[in-house]
Amino acid sequence: MSAAVAMEAGARVPVLDVADLSVQFRTRSGTVHALQNVSLQVHRGECLGVVGESGSGKSVTAYAVMRLLDPAARIAGGRITFAGMDMLAASDSALADLRGRELSMIFQNPRAALNPIRAIGRQLADVLLRHGGVTRAEAPARAVALLAEVGIPDPQRRAAAYPFELSGGMCQRVGIALALACRPALLIADEPTTGLDVTTQAVIMDLVLGLARARGMATVLITHDLGLASEYCDSIAVMHAGHVVEMAPTAALFAAPRHPYTAKLIAATPQPGRSLAELAAIPGGLPDLRRNDLPACRFLDRCERVAPDCAAAPLPRSIMEGGAMVACRHPL
Amino acid sequence: MSAAAATLGHVRHVLSGNPVTALAFGLFALLLVAAVLGPELVPYDPIKAAGASLQPPSARHWFGTDAVGRDVFSRVVAATRLDLGMAFAAVAIVFVCGTLAGAAAGFFGGWTDRVVGRLADTVMAFPLFVLAMGIVAAMGNTVANIVIATAVVNFPLYVRIARTESSIRRNAGYVEAARLSGYSDRHILMSEILPNLLPLMMVQVSLSLGYAILNCAGLSFIGLGVRPPTPEWGIMVAEGASYIVSGEWWVGLFPELALMLAVFTFNLLGDGLRDIVDPRRRT
Repeated sequence: MSAAVAMEAGARVPVLDVADLSVQFRTRSGTVHALQNVSLQVHRGECLGVVGESGSGKSVTAYAVMRLLDPAARIAGGRITFAGMDMLAASDSALADLRGRELSMIFQNPRAALNPIRAIGRQLADVLLRHGGVTRAEAPARAVALLAEVGIPDPQRRAAAYPFELSGGMCQRVGIALALACRPALLIADEPTTGLDVTTQAVIMDLVLGLARARGMATVLITHDLGLASEYCDSIAVMHAGHVVEMAPTAALFAAPRHPYTAKLIAATPQPGRSLAELAAIPGGLPDLRRNDLPACRFLDRCERVAPDCAAAPLPRSIMEGGAMVACRHPL
Repeated sequence: MSAAAATLGHVRHVLSGNPVTALAFGLFALLLVAAVLGPELVPYDPIKAAGASLQPPSARHWFGTDAVGRDVFSRVVAATRLDLGMAFAAVAIVFVCGTLAGAAAGFFGGWTDRVVGRLADTVMAFPLFVLAMGIVAAMGNTVANIVIATAVVNFPLYVRIARTESSIRRNAGYVEAARLSGYSDRHILMSEILPNLLPLMMVQVSLSLGYAILNCAGLSFIGLGVRPPTPEWGIMVAEGASYIVSGEWWVGLFPELALMLAVFTFNLLGDGLRDIVDPRRRT
């Protein structure tokens, strides 16, 4: 359908284009300005890392793209274009049709994302029946094939297993199989390895990114782990307090971070050959996003390079050579 | 291994690990046989005199005879079909309606929740047996009305359990995942949430079967249910009650024992049923 057509049209048309997206949450204690003017692009076959500390708006961005925000949320402005389709104007039934088929997601807690009382083979078969255009007779065999594809040993027997009978890593493999069942154009992985131990992490990441690359899917990897993002992503968007403060190709970002927050994040990441004592913590915390007088730059309270003109709107966004973007008046 | 064979194997596994459940299933099978084949198996016609009146238990009349000379054993066994039938019908109705209403209330919240909740509160506001009496008295003395009254008084119980359980699960990871897979609310409620409620509801079904039998028999006992000479445990207990003082204890005792056995069986059955329905117990 439109996804395929749009992708044929030109290699550099992004699969997902988020432009100036602003999201607010109405709460009892005021309006939370959760996202402001967030812009992201992901191209076919590319992996974009979205990094930032907790509460910086990474997951809100993902849910906004899925159009599955909490009822208290309001999209205050901006555009979300997925494969040429305006996601903000799409009807509920069109969205439901898109989710799981063209757009899918892998979750942080794989066990919770599987229904505890249904065998995993049946859960997979369900998704295939909903979107995959398979018949009731074919579905179980296709489900087993999908389990084999994500490296589950003895898939025929495992298809009858319940989530509680599988390890966390196995559950995440099932989650990946579910997300990739219908060969989506865009995969959002929301902290896919946070709930897993370190040895499983690498295996799962290799599996996700390997399958994604092989199928030419666009991937958004949401993580707070800069090291993980540097290893697997083509480009990285750094989020802080609802802003994308910097977005650049991975190598460029690590070689020469332009935003002070990015530089501090990199300095706060453990690296081989450096002692832990050298790790620099970032002082302060996120500003209260309920304030109505938030300064243009939401990092200024924590920034050493703060200047008197930092609080003045608008927040400048400079585009560098190579398509990198930094939102800072006084970049490094 | 086919699905049916796997289920059978699992049932066997649960029963072998838990002799009390096995006993409950045995008694349940006995009740079912009595209900299905009872009227054909009994030695005497349950509504015709079979000998002299008020004979004590003997080899000819195992449970003795009642005031008009009917064989009490035949009547007790023949009554199983009606008593179990009424209880099953009532519980089936309330299981479907109550579980669906409660699960929808917990899942959707808002207006659905308010309407269903107030409906359940209204029923709860009455002493349940008095409400059942009122319904049968107002709508007429028929088997159908006893079933409806019994279903209605059980409604709040089902609604409350289903509502709590489904509201816990409405934000569960797998519900979120189902939304992200493009499923409709209806599909999520029916295929993701309801199966998770089943183990708990099975326990409730079994417990309320016992209560439903008592309720149906109770209505008949006070003269609001089935009418004589139909064999029914409640009426038979009522008929026998007056003879206990004069020494003819068997007229009332045996139907009462049958009632006790049925209630006892269903209470024991609950736990076993949950173990069979819940895959997490398959270890």
